Amino acid sequence: MKLEQGLIYIKDVVGGSENAVKDGVLTVDVEGLKAHLLEDPKVKAVEVDFAKPGDHTRIVPVKDVIEPRFNFDRVNGFPGMTVKYNECGNGRVNVLRGAAVVTIGDAVGFQEGVIDMWGEGALWTPFSKTYNIVVDITPIDGVDPHEHETIVRMAGLRAGTYVGLAAENATVDEVKTWELGPMKEEAEKYPDLPKVAYVQMTISQGLLHDVYMYGVDVKEIIPTWFHPNEELDSAIVSGNCVAACDKITTYQHQTNPLTEDLYEQHGKTINYIGNILSPELTTLDGKFRNCDYTAKLCEQLGADGVIVSEEGYGNPDSDLVMICKRLETRGIKTALVTDECSGWDGTSQPLTDTAPEAVAVVSSGNVSKVVELEPADKVLGNLKAAETVAGGWAGCVGEDGSLKVELNAVIGATSEIGYHNASVKLY
Amino acid sequence: MVKEIERYGIPIVHMATITTISSSVGARRILPTVAIPYPTGNPNLPDVEEHDLRKSMVERAVNALATDIEETTEFEE
Amino acid sequence: MAKKVIYYLNQFFGGIGGEDMADFEPEYRAGEMVGPAMGINAASGDDCEGIGTIICGDNFFGTHEEEARAFIAKVIEEEQPDILVAGPAFNAGRYGFACAGACSVAHEAGIIPVSGMYEENPGLEHCQAFSWVAATANAAAQMRKAIPLMANLVKKLAAGEEVTPEEDSYFAQGRRETVLVEDRGSKRAVDMLLARLNDEEFVTELPMPSFDEVDPAPAIQDLSHATIALVTSGGIVPNGNPDRLQSASAQQWNKYDISSYDELKGDFYTVHGGFDPVYCNEDADRVLPLDALREMEKEGKIGKVYDLMYTTTGTGTAVANSIKFGEEIGKELKEAGVDGVLLTST
Repeated sequence: MKLEQGLIYIKDVVGGSENAVKDGVLTVDVEGLKAHLLEDPKVKAVEVDFAKPGDHTRIVPVKDVIEPRFNFDRVNGFPGMTVKYNECGNGRVNVLRGAAVVTIGDAVGFQEGVIDMWGEGALWTPFSKTYNIVVDITPIDGVDPHEHETIVRMAGLRAGTYVGLAAENATVDEVKTWELGPMKEEAEKYPDLPKVAYVQMTISQGLLHDVYMYGVDVKEIIPTWFHPNEELDSAIVSGNCVAACDKITTYQHQTNPLTEDLYEQHGKTINYIGNILSPELTTLDGKFRNCDYTAKLCEQLGADGVIVSEEGYGNPDSDLVMICKRLETRGIKTALVTDECSGWDGTSQPLTDTAPEAVAVVSSGNVSKVVELEPADKVLGNLKAAETVAGGWAGCVGEDGSLKVELNAVIGATSEIGYHNASVKLY
Repeated sequence: MVKEIERYGIPIVHMATITTISSSVGARRILPTVAIPYPTGNPNLPDVEEHDLRKSMVERAVNALATDIEETTEFEE
Repeated sequence: MAKKVIYYLNQFFGGIGGEDMADFEPEYRAGEMVGPAMGINAASGDDCEGIGTIICGDNFFGTHEEEARAFIAKVIEEEQPDILVAGPAFNAGRYGFACAGACSVAHEAGIIPVSGMYEENPGLEHCQAFSWVAATANAAAQMRKAIPLMANLVKKLAAGEEVTPEEDSYFAQGRRETVLVEDRGSKRAVDMLLARLNDEEFVTELPMPSFDEVDPAPAIQDLSHATIALVTSGGIVPNGNPDRLQSASAQQWNKYDISSYDELKGDFYTVHGGFDPVYCNEDADRVLPLDALREMEKEGKIGKVYDLMYTTTGTGTAVANSIKFGEEIGKELKEAGVDGVLLTST
């Protein structure tokens, strides 16, 4: 497969009457965007705002983040989700790199996270560096929680595609090509390089804990191989609002850093043989089945080494170490990426499950680390929601608007696909 | 939590779905349950069957409390 | 202003005498840096000023611990040092234990404790978590190497500089601090795998934890007279969450009177943020099976359902917290004469 990304570097965002980019400034047709989202009869109201790096703006509660794009060679949008199925991963896509659609809005009582665009908070989220088009979505009254989640998720994706229309005719700053042929061909090209696969675990556990591939709810699938380009071309979508710190937003699927960094090594130090999606299920039988299946796929593909990334914490720690154990006993070397729950003071046990085979582990930070965030000049969304998100608590919002939360509550803070720079050091 | 309660000499059954975690962390009496969001239920079953399922799990759990064990034991059906 | 440093030594290093003087009662020598104290003081730079040495016999510390601790505490209170340096104790067990005690007094007084020990010194585990204990050799013959290590810690800690176990050769206190580093996580993972594939060295960022064990409690002899309690980490609370239990990373547990309920359905729900709550909210007995247990009570299969149920949220909750919750809840259950517990987890 060969995917060509035309990157358009965005350096500012403004409202206007069309979707366009000029000299790095993205113009968003705000009224058009609202009208577009309101076409869904289940959307009652839409608010649009901007948040830029350095602004003293706090966004809460954030649901998802989406990278705006325009696909030329397939139906434009998210195949299987917002548009009919088309294969992802080939052809040309233009990307508004540096811009992000951020959806907010209360749903189902709790969950979701915070993005601060400045100060201490900005250090802990990668989305303080993007120019954010913040879309607040209110569904019609009387929808049930599952429906509510769907409405907000779909509106976010559609907003991404709508804003992405600006990419169609924009001047491209850089073209990145992602190309990986069939395994047999690559192996002939690089016979001496070790074969490396990437196992991407995803939370697949029900409402607010789901992930979709081509619109398929992945908790219903058996672990599957897929081409790295498919994810880089929007085939995987987050329906997942577990802890904000380590859920993989749609944006992070679209730009999966492990995929990108493995690609970087392909043909040099490794022969990258593709990705495996491994859903984290809620039953023990399901976990055994998926972990066995994942290891079996890696073995049958001839992998010499595998990187395994987790999503979430708690019960998925069990999947992580089980997959690791199964790979290592098959003679496949692993490196794992996970975050940890070592308590406010960092002295607690970091994982809920353990395996002696897990000898090479990257820690993406302690989700329980507490950060104190000064009051914002402007809040997009509802500050009080911070008290009910994972990582917040009653009273964590100060009277002056300051915020004291665990990293748990900060979007992308401890990304287990390694999207951020957090790590843990032992003192 | 399970271990700390057991330290007081009170027998305790850990009713959990991911029993691999239970045994890793050191629970002694373990009763495997249905699924994480509904350990002692199953919304896919009709009410009566779901209730019978729960009753039988709880009876097994209680009987586990009355069973002397030497090592970590899973009380399966 | 220079930071004030006070030293603690045993009878041997304090120049009092050998084993025959091990019962030596503690004394404080103001303005005097004795033996190793002199060396550490000289090597810790101008910003640290030694102000005196406490000398105490090892046996005295072992047999009159309270008295020895009180003596050290009094000296600290009177002299107001910023740092206490104990040892180095190398692999001397009684000395190590005394150094750990001195460090613990210093820690309680809010000043910085520094020591030096061999890794197998039994005193280490009593002070490692809150002191900076330099890793020394096992015998005093290596004093020359120990002094600069301890002096380095004194100097840096006095200046408020960061120290790390690797750079500064001390036994890690076990605090896992989240930091921002140069490379993003994905790059670090790829590098780590490459190192493994090429049989090169690598350092894991997360050594696997180990869990301790507890003996199984004896079985209940007579279920028909037994009181059984319900405990859950599934975040089950009465509607409205009156005590505002957290949805994740719990800092508290709560207890609720369920004596008047035959089931939880309708009156309880979950605040747990780690799973799809819809099914539990339809019927909380799916997470905490009061209905079934109540039936067993009515059928006489058990004596009684304990009047209170205990609840917290398991997701992302630090193990240290869950240990604390377990201890507190277990204590209450023991005192209430509960015979057995069903604990459900999601």
